[in-house]
Amino acid sequence: MDLSYTAEEEEFRAELRHWLGDVLPSLPSRPSPDDWPGRRAYDMGWQRMLYDAGYADVHWDASPTLRLIFLEETEKAGAPYVGAGFVGLLHAGPTIAAEGTPEQRARWLPPILRGDEVWCQGFSEPDAGSDLAALRTRAWRDGDDYVVSGSKIWTSHAEVADWCELLVRTDAAAPKHRGITWLAMPMDAPGITVRPLKTLVGSAEFAEVFLDEVRVPVGNRVGDENDGWRVTMVTLSFERGTAFVGEVVACRRVLRELAAEARKNGRWDDPALRRRLGGLNAEFRALWRLTQWNVSEAEARGGGPGVGGSVFKLRYSQARQELYDAAAEVLGEGALDLGAPWVVDRLSSLSYTIAAGTSQIQRNIVAERILGLPKGR
Amino acid sequence: MRFQLTEDQRALRAAVRGVVGRWSGAGSWGLVAQFPAPLNGTAQTGDSQFRLDRGLWRALGELGFFSLRLAEADGGAGLGLPEAVLAFEEAGRALVPGPLVATHLAAGVVLGADTGEVVVAAADGRLVEWMDEADVVLPGAEGAVPLRSVDPLTPLHRVPAPAPTDTVAVLLTAAEQLGTATRACELAVQHARAREQFGQPIGAFQAVKHLCAEQLVRVEVARAAVYAAAVTEDPADIAAARLLADEAAVRGARDCLQVHGGMGFTWESEVHLLLKRAWVRAQRGGGRTESEELLAAELTA
Repeated sequence: MDLSYTAEEEEFRAELRHWLGDVLPSLPSRPSPDDWPGRRAYDMGWQRMLYDAGYADVHWDASPTLRLIFLEETEKAGAPYVGAGFVGLLHAGPTIAAEGTPEQRARWLPPILRGDEVWCQGFSEPDAGSDLAALRTRAWRDGDDYVVSGSKIWTSHAEVADWCELLVRTDAAAPKHRGITWLAMPMDAPGITVRPLKTLVGSAEFAEVFLDEVRVPVGNRVGDENDGWRVTMVTLSFERGTAFVGEVVACRRVLRELAAEARKNGRWDDPALRRRLGGLNAEFRALWRLTQWNVSEAEARGGGPGVGGSVFKLRYSQARQELYDAAAEVLGEGALDLGAPWVVDRLSSLSYTIAAGTSQIQRNIVAERILGLPKGR
Repeated sequence: MRFQLTEDQRALRAAVRGVVGRWSGAGSWGLVAQFPAPLNGTAQTGDSQFRLDRGLWRALGELGFFSLRLAEADGGAGLGLPEAVLAFEEAGRALVPGPLVATHLAAGVVLGADTGEVVVAAADGRLVEWMDEADVVLPGAEGAVPLRSVDPLTPLHRVPAPAPTDTVAVLLTAAEQLGTATRACELAVQHARAREQFGQPIGAFQAVKHLCAEQLVRVEVARAAVYAAAVTEDPADIAAARLLADEAAVRGARDCLQVHGGMGFTWESEVHLLLKRAWVRAQRGGGRTESEELLAAELTA
């Protein structure tokens, strides 16, 4: 057991830290959550800077440890969040890299890395959220195209996306996990309507997407026809495995800020609050250690993230909500003021036990795939 | 970064598992089951009828359980805290009774502790475990009063003045808690797969399945925290490890009991022993308050 880094890893960290120190001071702040075009431009601009500096492909090609260092250092330095690049860099990109043809990799990967193209995710549907395989959006072959009709929901960045990683049903007669296909759909195709959805935070974070006989070339299919469920599992393992590394670092910073605020406003004298923050310190230290453990394991195994991601996500999503509830206790009545720090984050944290597979679904995954308990009905 | 067990560490863990497995086998659990329930018959005070297994103690000594952190020149294995943590995790998993931490810490200080010939007990907080069965009590136990211990396999005395916290003792206790939490999860899963109700294994019901899943999540988070603390030896990491490991052991044993249903509430099942031992260990090293305050102070350092 070793928590030290190799000389090359330390060198990578030092170079990255140096570069961040050079570029971050002159970077403007990120536009507001309601300005999607502004956010797209900002996030893609940041991705372009990473690309030019040689850091763009850290999510795919670098060793898991280098990826960990990248996420740790960028978060510590207060670098921009991956933002509108999330689906492209963390879902679609790795999936196409793993499952796509050479032509597909050449077509889609460079623009993702350069920050030229934004992707969104067309997985969930109104009647197929956690039961993802129940999706009903249909696609049928017409010459060299699939013709797609149906609707998707909870689609982040849909308004500003160029591409959508889309799951469609190509065989209605097959068992529900079988007749699914993974397509890359251009968002400017005729027949696509995007309707923004307002979240409880008050921002238009995601959207409904209606598809009316949208034509998608057969060449945009990743994996075989009706083999989309397997491809989807590849995508989801990336989503759960590495998506939260930077956030744990951020939570540890927030905790220190909360302690400082509590000292300032006198609430630190309350032993119950102090102990609560101390307990959260234990929680986020442990989650950071679990991250390091999972990364080391992935590195030793030489594969992508495994089901261990579900273990992490279950605990992290809960801890994040507890963190911002503690923030509310530190703030007192100030926690009712949307202008106060942490209040919007507290509202946002409510999505964490729902998005990317609810906690209930994650528990089923842990119980069935790790502990080997029987599938229920 | 290789935050994984080395081959040597895996071998050490297997060796300890082999020795303590003799204790945790079915025969030993039977011995526990025969121990008279404390609320029946004569009430004992501090005088457990369960004697410390000196044979096991010597076997652990031969294995190097107590001496593994001593320098090779002093007859030890010259290993570190990560190895000690793996050994104590296995002891916790097998629920080995006795003052393991106190004797381990006394190796090199009290003659014969390293080989397991001498049993050393110590005051920790306000409690002394196994005082009457020990050959040596550190730093002494003036005015110790026997309790009727809730854990039939851990006789307890209370001392008037609290002893100071030893961070290594806290970490090794966390490792024992981790082992117990692992055992509780294993037992719960085993039962959930075997026990059928309404025509299927109860593990197929989400209510039961989710109890088991949460157990595993707590175990894995605690494991990462305990192993990392063994590597860094940072007091805040050790405090975090103890909080996570206590939670994993105490809540894990409770959930295991719940999964076992009525069977879990009986004296014959081993489940209650896991919970009671976890409660005893959670009192060591100043309890959770001290660790939480340390971690709170660290936030403003």
